[in-house]
Amino acid sequence: MAGILVIAEANEGALAPISGELLGAARKLAGEGAGSVTAFIAGSDALGKELIALGADAAIADTNPALQGALAEVYLPAVQAALQQSGADIVLMGQTALGRDLGPMLAFALGTAVSMETVDLKYTGGKLIATRACYGGNARAEVSFKNAPAIATVKAKSFDALAPDASRSGSVSTIDVAGEARVKVLGVQKAESTGIRLEDAPVVVSGGRGLGDPSGFKMLEELAALLKGATGASRAACDLGWYPPSQQVGLTGKVVSPNLYIAVAISGASQHMAGMAGSKNIVAINKDPDANMVKAAKYAIIDDYKKVVPALIEEIKKLG
Amino acid sequence: MNIVVCVKQIPDPETPAASFKVDEAAKKVIPAQGIAPVVNPYDPQATEAALRLKEAAGSGKVTVISLGPDSARDAIKHALAMGADEGVLITGPEFEDIDNFQTAKALAAAIQKLGGADLVLTGRAAADWDMGVVPLGIAQYLGVPCVTVAKAIEKNGAGLKVERVLEDGFQTVETPLPAVVSVSNEFGEPRYPQLRQIMLAAKKTVQVWSANDLGIAGEMGKENRALVLEALYVPKVESNVEIIEGDSPEEKARNLAQKLRAAKLI
Repeated sequence: MAGILVIAEANEGALAPISGELLGAARKLAGEGAGSVTAFIAGSDALGKELIALGADAAIADTNPALQGALAEVYLPAVQAALQQSGADIVLMGQTALGRDLGPMLAFALGTAVSMETVDLKYTGGKLIATRACYGGNARAEVSFKNAPAIATVKAKSFDALAPDASRSGSVSTIDVAGEARVKVLGVQKAESTGIRLEDAPVVVSGGRGLGDPSGFKMLEELAALLKGATGASRAACDLGWYPPSQQVGLTGKVVSPNLYIAVAISGASQHMAGMAGSKNIVAINKDPDANMVKAAKYAIIDDYKKVVPALIEEIKKLG
Repeated sequence: MNIVVCVKQIPDPETPAASFKVDEAAKKVIPAQGIAPVVNPYDPQATEAALRLKEAAGSGKVTVISLGPDSARDAIKHALAMGADEGVLITGPEFEDIDNFQTAKALAAAIQKLGGADLVLTGRAAADWDMGVVPLGIAQYLGVPCVTVAKAIEKNGAGLKVERVLEDGFQTVETPLPAVVSVSNEFGEPRYPQLRQIMLAAKKTVQVWSANDLGIAGEMGKENRALVLEALYVPKVESNVEIIEGDSPEEKARNLAQKLRAAKLI
C-alpha cells in the first residue's frame, strides 16, 4: 500500500482554495516518492475532473447528497471507503471546519494518529514527516506516524496550488457512501463580512494593543480602504474588545499571507506571527525598535503611529 | 445532569519568546524561570459552560478531571473554586510524554470509572500543543457524538442545542446525550473564583488515580505513542529590516510611501 489520499472540499459547487493547496502538497510528496495521488470530493464527477487538472492522478467523487453541508461523522465512512479504494497510506485534509473534526475522528477510528495545523510536509526514508507550530508559535514540532495511514490536516496557505492543467489525465470514479448523522445541523449563519475577506486581501493593515484605544482602528481602516485591503487585529486587541474576533490574525484566528502586511503597534507575539508569517512583505510601524515585528519586517518606521499613519495616508493619496 | 469537565495545566502561553527555551535533545520545553504553569486558557470556558448548565437545570454534578503531574491539582482547584463539585487527578510516571491519543484513552477510562457522564466538556484545544484532538478521542472511546468549538450550549429536550464556530460564521446543531462538547473562547467570560469559593474548594474531594487504577498501564508510556515526536525546536528569525529614517513622522511616512511605490507594493 502506498499513495496519498487528498480530502478536497467544495463550497457551493466550486472547489475551495484548500483543495488546490492540498494537491500542491501531495504532488510535492509524490515527487519525494510517496506514491500516486488520489483526491476525494463530495460532489459530482465534474469536480473530480477539476481535481485531476490540479494534480490528482485519480479522483473519487462521492455523489451521496447527505454529505453536502454535513458534519465529519457523516464523512467518516465515505473517507474510509475512499481510503480502501485508493490504497493510500497518507491522508491529507484541510485545517477547516470539516478537517479539524474529520482528521482526529479518522485517526481514532483507524488506531493511527493525526498532525493538526500542519504547515510543512516531507516524505523521507519511507515516512511522512509533518511540521507544525506549537507552544503558541514559539516552537516547531516535527512528527511522524507509528501506524498507517499517516494523517495530516494542513493549514490554509501553507502550500501553493499548481496551475490547472486540463491536459492531465486520470480516472474519475464515483461512490455513494455516507454515514449516519447523530448530530443534526439545524442551520448555518454566515458572519457579516464588511468588504474584502481578510484571507483573500492582497493588503492587510493590522493593529495591536499598542494602538492604545479602539479609535486607532478607524485610521487603519482608512489606510486599508485606500490600499484596497482588509483590516486585521492581534488577539490582544480583540480580547480587549477593540475589534471583532472574526478579524483576528494569529494562531487562534485567521491565517493571512498578503503581498503587503502593515503591522501597526503590534509587538509580534509568537501567536500573532504564526498567523501572518507567510506575508510576502511586512511593514512595521512601532515605537519599539526591538519589537519582534520590527525584526521580522522588510521596512519599519520607529515612531508614534498616530502621527505616521495619517501622514502615510496623505502621501499615498498624493502618489495617486 | 452529570457533567465531566476535562482541564489541563500548561506552560504559560504568554511566556515571552525571549524566555521560551527548548531542550532539543530531550525534545522538551525547558520550564521558564519564574513563570508558573497555568490552566489552559480555553478550559475555564468549559467549566463555565458546565456550571451554567447545572444552574439552569437546578441540579446535577460537575466533576473536573485533569491528567498531569501533581502540580495539575492547581488546574483542578481552579475549576473547583469556580464551582465544580469534585475533582479527579490522573497522574503517574506512565503518563509522561504520552501523545493526545493516549491522553484521550486515559480520560475516557477515568470517565468510565466514574460511572460515565451525560456530558463531557473540554476546552477547544490545549494552547501548548494546539491540536484539538482529545475531545474527539474521548467521544470515540466512549462511543458518543462529539460537537467541537461551541460558542453557546443549551439544554434542548433530552439533548443539547449547540452553536459551533466556523471559519466564516456559525452553525447550530442538535446532539443527543451523552455527548462530548469542546468549548470555544467565544463562549463568554468564565466566572472569577471569589476568596470564599477558593477556601471552600480546598475542602472538596480530589481523587487520585494511576494508570493501574484505570487498567491502562500497558497502553501508556512514551514508547506507545502513535504520534512520534521527531524534533522540537525554536524557529530562527533572521532580520533584514530596513529602518525608514526621517526628521519627523511625516518625513518618515513620505519616505516609506516612496519606497513602497518603488517596490510596486502600493
